[in-house]
Amino acid sequence: MAIWLDEHSKILVQGMTGSEGTKHTRRMVESGAKVVAGVTPGKAGADVDGIPVFNDVASAIAATGANVSVIFVPPKFAKGAVQEAVDATMPLCVVITEGIPVHDSAQFYQYAVNAGSTRIIGPNCPGIISPGKSNAGIIPADITKPGRIGLVSKSGTLTYQMMYELRDFGFSTCVGIGGDPIIGTTHIDALEAFQNDPETEAIVMIGEIGGDAEERAAAYIKEHVTKPVVGYVAGFTAPEGKTMGHAGAIVSGSSGTAVAKQEALEAAGVQVGRTPSETADLMREILT
Amino acid sequence: MDLYEYQAKHLFGKHGLPLTAGDVCSDIDGAVAISESIGGPVVVKAQVKTGGRGKAGGVKLAKDPAETREVATAILGMDIKGHTVHKVLVAHAADIAEEYYVSFLLDRANRAFLAMASVEGGVEIEEVAVNNPEALAKIRVDALEGVTPEIAREIAVAAQFEEAIQGQVADILVKLWQVMVAEDATLVEVNPLVLTPSGEVLALDGKVTIDDNAGYRQPEQADFDDSAADDIETRAKAMGLNYVKLEGDVGIVGNGAGLVMSTLDVVAYAGEEFGDIKPANFLDIGGGASAEVMANGLDIVLNDPEVQAVFVNIFGGITSCDAVANGILQAVDQLGERVTKPIVARIDGNNAVEGRAILNKADHEFIELVDTMDAAARRVAELAAARKGA
Repeated sequence: MAIWLDEHSKILVQGMTGSEGTKHTRRMVESGAKVVAGVTPGKAGADVDGIPVFNDVASAIAATGANVSVIFVPPKFAKGAVQEAVDATMPLCVVITEGIPVHDSAQFYQYAVNAGSTRIIGPNCPGIISPGKSNAGIIPADITKPGRIGLVSKSGTLTYQMMYELRDFGFSTCVGIGGDPIIGTTHIDALEAFQNDPETEAIVMIGEIGGDAEERAAAYIKEHVTKPVVGYVAGFTAPEGKTMGHAGAIVSGSSGTAVAKQEALEAAGVQVGRTPSETADLMREILT
Repeated sequence: MDLYEYQAKHLFGKHGLPLTAGDVCSDIDGAVAISESIGGPVVVKAQVKTGGRGKAGGVKLAKDPAETREVATAILGMDIKGHTVHKVLVAHAADIAEEYYVSFLLDRANRAFLAMASVEGGVEIEEVAVNNPEALAKIRVDALEGVTPEIAREIAVAAQFEEAIQGQVADILVKLWQVMVAEDATLVEVNPLVLTPSGEVLALDGKVTIDDNAGYRQPEQADFDDSAADDIETRAKAMGLNYVKLEGDVGIVGNGAGLVMSTLDVVAYAGEEFGDIKPANFLDIGGGASAEVMANGLDIVLNDPEVQAVFVNIFGGITSCDAVANGILQAVDQLGERVTKPIVARIDGNNAVEGRAILNKADHEFIELVDTMDAAARRVAELAAARKGA
């Protein structure tokens, strides 16, 4: 088991014939993921290393049985691409694209909620990997091995850093939920899935400044999560009112601060590390 | 990006919101001229992107052009919480019977939008939310449905606007939502929205935050960009770098927003031991971390006079570390004699062994390789403290 993505996942890449789409399709295939189809409007009949390209998501699903879509299309086409996947009742839609206007994200998220059959991960995320099983997105597969830790994070490179720190233990699933203000899958969604996954023994949760998702996740952990959770929060030194790289990473007044998030997590019984390495050490102590 | 009041009002006007007559200017004569063309009493308002300007003396009434000259002279150039006033908005001073509040904002928690409205405006809405929460109506706005005339009326009713003006308020809410959507805003706020003795409802002050991600489809908004920003930030932006200036001594170059934020924190922790050494900037050179971007990044950071030492913290995910190492060497090569400060590098991940070997072999006098992120942060803080003390 793992969450949301496993050895049975059949991946479709929307925007596969673009340079990023092609590059990461190859990386996914190399890491053992089953990439069965690509979609680029007007390019039906083409292929990328033998993987067939279709004009639209519905015909790609009909021909290949794809059940995960990874989206690499440019920001201005992202909303349309997600809505097309939702219309085709794609169960999981991983939106890698960075720089999507937040009105578009809010609209395609609501569109998916109304339809009720698609989980969106992202946008502006590195994707999801279940090491040894499948890999949907841009997370490098060779950093870590299969194991029993679940990882949920807003940040790409911090995800990689933590996968690397704990490579001796390995991971069931690592999911990068993205750093945008509106995201399809939250820390809480991942915590719930990890809690219910028999192969996940413990959870690492990485947060960062902005919004109150970590505080809400802390409340959720207190109430519903019995597996051990360790946490890390980035952005203690971030000044107020400045966006730190991620569109969602901004401290407004006293809300969204790293301190508030750390305190909320600790109050929920989550051990919080001061650095990524210290966080990994906390997890190491729990698992040994 | 937060807009100035005059820019917010420009967008309000574009979408048909009722405003008081007025214009913006950056000199005293301009203020007098606007006052003359309006006729009658005006209010002169400092244009700064911070709250509390009224209390700071940045908003003043003037009964005629002569008094406008006096008031504008006082306000232009004044400092409000570290913001210098370069522009003033001169607007007709409306008679006010009542002050209200209306806004739309992005609601991250509910992954939708939120309408907020209150008949108790003119004060900080946070105060109303705390002291008198039942006076603040909060209504979820569906991203697909938006604000129809019916929904706008529901908001006006929920906020307990008097029946006589509910229609006007609803109309304003529909137009304000137009600003939100058409301008790709994440916040539109009117505080106060006022009722004049003659029964008119006007937007007296406005705040708008626009979504930087939507710049590609909002070409007009390029003019809103604030040229008064920090010089280094302006240069970094011109190079396409994601840079934020901070107060500190250690220049930071890293890849990925989360890792760079984390790097700042780790340096600040390590710096506590060395007389409170702090990071001098946020700089994310992106997942790719190419040689050219690395060179630009190092150039920006090394040229910051406050920087005593630089920490290059890279986790090679997609990019391999040998490419990163070569990028660092090419960068210091290009910069030549401009490299005068120690650079501590930590590179991990894809092909880290090869990458480290490349840096070790180069044996550059200013580059020092450290194995782990925590140890590297400690070392760079130590070096910065030593140079600062020297």
